[in-house]
Amino acid sequence: MGPKKVKDSTKEFEKALALKGDRKYALRLYVTGTTPRSVSAIRNIRKICNEHLKGAYDLKVIDIYQQPVLAKGEQIIAAPTLLKKLPLPLRRFIGDMSNTEQILLGLDLSPKKK
Amino acid sequence: MVRAENKPKSLGAQLEKSLTGIKGLDEVTKGGLPKGRPTLVCGGAGSGKTLLATEFLVRGALQFGEPGVFMSFEETSDELTKNVVSLGFKLDALAAQKKISLDYVQIDRSEIEETGEYNLEGLFIRLEHAIASVGAKRVVLDTIETLFSGIPNPAVVRAELKRLFQWLKNKGMTTIITGEQGEKTFTRHGLEEYVSDCVIFLDHRISEQVSTRRIRVVKYRGSPHDTNEFPFLIDEKGIIVMPITSLGLRYRVTNKRVSTGIPRFDAMLGGKGYYRGSSVLISGSAGTGKTSFVSHFADAACRRGDRCLFFAFEESESQVVRNMLSIGIDLEQWAKKGLLKYHADRPTIYGLETHLLVMQKMINEFKPAAVIVDPVSNLNAVANHANVKMMLTRLLDQLKLDRVTTVLTILTQGSPTSESTDVDISSLADTWIRLRDTESGGERNRGMYILKSRGMTHSNQIREFVLTDKGVNLLDVYVGPSGVLTGSARLSREAQEKAKDLVREQDAQIKQLNLERKRKAMEARIADLRAEFKTEEAEIKKFIKQEKLRRQKVSQDREAMAQIRKAD
Repeated sequence: MGPKKVKDSTKEFEKALALKGDRKYALRLYVTGTTPRSVSAIRNIRKICNEHLKGAYDLKVIDIYQQPVLAKGEQIIAAPTLLKKLPLPLRRFIGDMSNTEQILLGLDLSPKKK
Repeated sequence: MVRAENKPKSLGAQLEKSLTGIKGLDEVTKGGLPKGRPTLVCGGAGSGKTLLATEFLVRGALQFGEPGVFMSFEETSDELTKNVVSLGFKLDALAAQKKISLDYVQIDRSEIEETGEYNLEGLFIRLEHAIASVGAKRVVLDTIETLFSGIPNPAVVRAELKRLFQWLKNKGMTTIITGEQGEKTFTRHGLEEYVSDCVIFLDHRISEQVSTRRIRVVKYRGSPHDTNEFPFLIDEKGIIVMPITSLGLRYRVTNKRVSTGIPRFDAMLGGKGYYRGSSVLISGSAGTGKTSFVSHFADAACRRGDRCLFFAFEESESQVVRNMLSIGIDLEQWAKKGLLKYHADRPTIYGLETHLLVMQKMINEFKPAAVIVDPVSNLNAVANHANVKMMLTRLLDQLKLDRVTTVLTILTQGSPTSESTDVDISSLADTWIRLRDTESGGERNRGMYILKSRGMTHSNQIREFVLTDKGVNLLDVYVGPSGVLTGSARLSREAQEKAKDLVREQDAQIKQLNLERKRKAMEARIADLRAEFKTEEAEIKKFIKQEKLRRQKVSQDREAMAQIRKAD
């Protein structure tokens, strides 16, 4: 009951924001080099962003092998990790981003009806 | 670093070990933790896991030149730093000097969504980065089990932990992994399955409302180790483990004797007092003068220039000093000279093991020649008799090894003639003095006797003593028809004896006078007789003379007559 209510109000909020047209998603994907999991995570998230957040997102892919300090700063434990910095609340998605529905739910986006 | 690497080798162990620098732990583990391998430190909440791990890192960085990484899953670096400041560990300074790297791993389960396959490579990267940044040789993961609650898939966590420990091993990191105690397992999530080289268990047990910390090396692959549970302390300098059960009856003895501080009591003990390094038990019921006896001993020890450590479980320092001053023993002067040290604690303040540890710590620091515990029976408040006896055995073993003369007092209850002590430690004592109150004639009087004294001739007499303003004074013995006379009975006996003496003396005087009189009478009679004799002699002489004269006269007369008659 509780989460649904929250989601409803978020929807209201989203609508309001969408009208203004300045809603943006700040996403950071932390990967570990070019491991198969990293590659598929990058591919999956790009696809999701293109399909669902057209033009309203800022996605950065960071290789923590190259920037280990960021891993500490952003409290990265699992890899790959997608950090949704904006809009708040902060969320972490861990995995190769293959579960699209889960990500869309987490991003407060409802999957498009096919 | 050189020290840390060489010492285990010199011990002849095949396994290389890394000294922790924690007092006693290196002895229990016979040289430290397995070098380059993970060690699991487990225990309940508040058992000291984090502290042990922190001390391992800090000592590694300071004493053995081995920098370390502290990866905390529970406390932020700030919190951790603050928590250990009280123990003199300055983590922030060490971090600034690049000797220790702190990393706080925060996992918020509520913001994590699982979307497909993943591993915990992020953790590895952070750890690798931290290790590289300080050139670490030691790693602490505290408490890594938090991952199980933070990461949705336990199978991934398990696989990754296994990989992590292997990875740390490959990197040659001497690692401490802490784990929360589980219900039937050492750790809640069975970390002991992954860390099989060394497992150390910390315990914080409460018995009779008193807590005691204990440490046990559960397992140490490839190395001998003490398997006993050892008590440990957390004091202002960190953790101290005391490997005490390893002591035994191996001490050497000496023939030197030390005064009891009471000359007449020394005389009862073969004239010389206690053996140096022996254990003396002074038992007695309340108010029999136990503290006075031991204070005399303390005073005598300090007078010789020996150091004396006084553990008081009943009275505060100033109270003992005041009370003993009233019987003429000035203990304060010795305290001021640093020869006498007091340690007054209520027995209930810690557990028995902790008491022992505190006492041993103080003994190690102060290095006394004499130790007094007044009274040990109060320890019964925190443990049962068997445990108290065990603890005292350990204490006495150590003290004997160090040749410290120990005087314990015991408060006995019940019948004053009962020859058993509450704590039943009489077998531990080399010399056992019993103080007792005797109740007779409406008064209580103090008496003492030597119940046993190993290896010396000693008096078997029951002596009365009084507490005077010059201390304990053993009195002469008066044995009456019903035993030793004490108190006023003794005084009246003394008076009687004096009276008898007086009568006898007077008798003798009278006899002397009689004799004199007799002699005088005799002499008078002799004089009489002599006078009588003289008179008679004179008379007889006179008679003889007269007779002579008469005869002469007669013969003269006859001649004259003849002449006249002209006869012949």
